[in-house]
Amino acid sequence: MTPMTLPPFERFYDEHREEIYAFLVRRLGRDRAEDAFQETFMRALRSYPKLRHGEHLRAWAYTIASRIAIDEHRRPRADAELPELASLDGRPAFAQLEHLADDLPPTERAAVVLRYGYDLDYADIGAALGSNATAARQAASAGIRRLRRKEAP
Amino acid sequence: MTLVSPDLDLRFRDAAAREHLLDVAYDLVDTPVGKLLVAATERGLCRIAYDADPDRELDSLARMFGVRVLQSGRPIEPARRQLDEYFEGKRQRFDLAVDLKLLADFNRRVLRELARVPYGEVVTYGELAARAARPRAARAVGTVMNRNPLPIVLPCHRVIGANGKLVGYAGGLGRKETLLQLEGALL
Repeated sequence: MTPMTLPPFERFYDEHREEIYAFLVRRLGRDRAEDAFQETFMRALRSYPKLRHGEHLRAWAYTIASRIAIDEHRRPRADAELPELASLDGRPAFAQLEHLADDLPPTERAAVVLRYGYDLDYADIGAALGSNATAARQAASAGIRRLRRKEAP
Repeated sequence: MTLVSPDLDLRFRDAAAREHLLDVAYDLVDTPVGKLLVAATERGLCRIAYDADPDRELDSLARMFGVRVLQSGRPIEPARRQLDEYFEGKRQRFDLAVDLKLLADFNRRVLRELARVPYGEVVTYGELAARAARPRAARAVGTVMNRNPLPIVLPCHRVIGANGKLVGYAGGLGRKETLLQLEGALL
């Protein structure tokens, strides 16, 4: 089967903007969600022509939004009381994980990266995958099992 | 229910155009001859469509110019303003950059000649063919008119049959008549 062609950006934006915005509001609160929303779709727009097909666009959008939500969390806020602890070992968790998970099938890869790299709960991952929390949990554990087998000597 | 506010939506669409991230920006423009879908690349106006089926039109724009097609009013603002003025009878010439890069040479040459046909005047298909240095190509000129990507701005409504009949118009003969009446070319 030939993979779905990449739709015009308008259609991608129209299909995903509401759920991505709702997701960002849950992660960041309404005030900070607006900037993060704009940044998510600007970043998506920059990378869009590099995509080779139109599969897994929803998970892709959630991955971008998750990364921006993490950046937003790290950004010092005027009312912050604690120093930043984020960069303990240099590379953030999601960057290491995305690299490790590169060879997994797309659904498992997205589930693993969103769960363990971005700390999304299974309900959000289910939304990102266009399925549900149960399917997301199964995909994440299948991905982890596959990674373990790969890591084994 | 959280909803993307119209303001937030507009901010994104504006920013996308301002940072030159779009292959094609388009918007809908209300006119006396119906709602037009007007699209532009960074080079200029690339499409004016009557009765557009948005899905099909977006797919076609994406295939021709690139996948970053987004509704964004700002880039087509000059076209909107000039179309408004034209329909109010306050403008006789369009002063807009056009993107005809993807057309065949012959089509481009014919459309360049077409752009010189003045407001309120008509020419025949044969005359236009002659002006494009292909006097025997009246029929081919008809085809170019039929596929004109920028009706109204490139005035294919000013091209009529040798017998004085309106002959045809991709947007429907009623519109051709309306445009010629507006310009005072028909009594």
